[in-house]
Amino acid sequence: MNTLLEVSGVSVSFDGFKAINNLSIQIAERELRAVIGPNGAGKTTFMDIVTGKTRPDEGRVIWGEKSVSLLSMSESQIARAGIGRKFQKPTIFEDQSVRDNIAMALKNPRGPFDVLFFRERPADAARIDEIAGEIGLSGEMARPAGELSHGQKQWLEIGMLLAQDPRLLLVDEPAAGMTPAEREHTTDLLKRAAETRAVVVIEHDMEFVRRLNCKVTVLHEGSVLAEGSLDHVTKNQHVIDVYLGR
Amino acid sequence: MRKPFILRHPSVLWFLLALSLLTLGVTILSEGFGLGLISTSFVKTLGKTLCLCLIAVAMDVVWGYCGILSLGHFAFFGIGGYAIGMWLMYARTEQIVAASLSGGPLPPTPQEVTDAVGTQIFGVVGSSEIPLLWSFADSLALQLAMVVLVPGLLALVFGWLAFRSRVTGVYLSILTQAMTLALSLYLFQNDSGLRGNNGLSGLQNIPGYEAVPQSVVAIVFFWASALALGAGYVLFAWVVSGKMGGVIRAIRDNEARVRFLGYDVESYKLFVFTLTAIVAGIAGALYYPQAGIVNPAEIAPIASIYLAVWVAIGGRGRLYGAVIGAAFVSLLSSWFTGGGAPDVPLGFYTIQWTDWWLVLLGLSFVAVTLFFPKGIGGLFDRLVRNPR
Ligand SMILES: Nc1ncnc2c1ncn2[C@@H]1O[C@H](COP(=O)(O)OP(=O)(O)O)[C@@H](O)[C@H]1O
Ligand SMILES: [Mg+2]
Repeated sequence: MNTLLEVSGVSVSFDGFKAINNLSIQIAERELRAVIGPNGAGKTTFMDIVTGKTRPDEGRVIWGEKSVSLLSMSESQIARAGIGRKFQKPTIFEDQSVRDNIAMALKNPRGPFDVLFFRERPADAARIDEIAGEIGLSGEMARPAGELSHGQKQWLEIGMLLAQDPRLLLVDEPAAGMTPAEREHTTDLLKRAAETRAVVVIEHDMEFVRRLNCKVTVLHEGSVLAEGSLDHVTKNQHVIDVYLGR
Repeated sequence: MRKPFILRHPSVLWFLLALSLLTLGVTILSEGFGLGLISTSFVKTLGKTLCLCLIAVAMDVVWGYCGILSLGHFAFFGIGGYAIGMWLMYARTEQIVAASLSGGPLPPTPQEVTDAVGTQIFGVVGSSEIPLLWSFADSLALQLAMVVLVPGLLALVFGWLAFRSRVTGVYLSILTQAMTLALSLYLFQNDSGLRGNNGLSGLQNIPGYEAVPQSVVAIVFFWASALALGAGYVLFAWVVSGKMGGVIRAIRDNEARVRFLGYDVESYKLFVFTLTAIVAGIAGALYYPQAGIVNPAEIAPIASIYLAVWVAIGGRGRLYGAVIGAAFVSLLSSWFTGGGAPDVPLGFYTIQWTDWWLVLLGLSFVAVTLFFPKGIGGLFDRLVRNPR
């Protein structure tokens, strides 16, 4: 399969501390990938680098069939290029309605004047309803997003990502703080999303990763420790040491 | 199928209705067109208040909706005043000079008129030359264009530099304040070309309309101010409604997240900052002819801070809140500082409101911030909207 995202030889340090150390990861088109690793392994920082929030000290981040470098692009340009991101802690716009949150994320021209003169077309409304159904929030459309439960907020944020229609979706610990039933719904959502686009999921919970049933990358101290199927990596002696040796 | 914007926002209609009734009432009671029950100077005060309401609405959009605490919008207001003031002063002086020179045996040459105008206007700062800044001062159309262009361009350049460098929060406030201070210090200089601390005066006299009594001029400016406030209110209500309003408020609440949605946050901020600066300039251009004088003290940073206080007291993030705050606090302020409020003798000490008003205002600001973060407009909300 074609490579969609190629991160190679990337390093970044904060005040002398190397959070990411010569990291290389490749994500293929329509791939579902889980990234695991102990706390502080650099998982979130990896997403920060891909989405333009953090600039690496060295290395390359190459995107798409035209092989453009993401390092010279702003966060919003990267997002428009087709990379969507869900944060560890749900970040939605609490004083706006669920529907407005989805509508804001919906793939449409993003310039100030496009937005100022924007009029919703029937196709937009249909897409919003479709997404709301998918994330199970059809009945909550008019409510302020701040009133949702924690799990619902996480789904709303995933729904906003789907609305953006990105080619690559980066999801940081989506199941944190969810009940088992909510986790299951989240797994289904992500697996379905990965049918039409690449999805990278950071997760701690092994059960969750097992259900995703996909290739796993183990990060440790800012670089890749092991990569392969979940069974393969959990048999890896380095991985066992890192996880059990703590 | 889709109702027009105004009908979808009944609060805009209510506002326009209230403004129309006020305008009608003031006209009927005025000396210029009505019963003469309210003085011309009070009509001017009310007209000026409407201009302050307009800049407060602009401030609410940039701060209350977009989260940019600009402490520079009064600078744009002042620039609007200077731009129109230059024409008012130049055109009127030119008429006076032409009239006094026409007594001679020969009609005055254009050069003689220009020299005399220069001496008249710039004599106070020890100069008689007309500075380059005044090149277009004889053209009303060009000076009117400057009311819009100068604040707009200044905001565009300043905002571009500041937003592009991701200056936010209190640092941005300090930067806007520095801009205001720099402008006011520049204007204070005698060789600024704008008459230093004398400012521009006699602005209440409209060239070509000397025969029209001030009572009528006052009402005409009151109407113009009401029209500008109404139009500005509708414009901003439209901007902050719908999708644009959603994005702007989202930038206020979490601008990083908005970037990851693919919106270029900087251009949105620039749009809002520049649009509100232009409206502030227009408000100033209507205000100063009613005040009669514009000087650098008007642009001092404290004025922009007052503006923020009005909006906070009125209630951020709701346009009528800004109007209420500006009208209420500025009228109260002129009542207190104008000696309207009776002194309070405490026996050992007498509270003189001219001195203590600022303390009272400061305390109210603190109280509102702590206990009523939604301001006066928040009380309104409770009355108007059905409680949830
Ligand atoms: N902006 C930052 N400034 C300083 N240190 C940071 C910053 N971001 C992350 N770090 C550090 O980098 C390491 C990796 O963090 P992170 O990527 O959040 O780990 P993970 O998501 O895998 O738990 C941690 O030790 C963290 O403290
Ligand atoms: Mg993390």
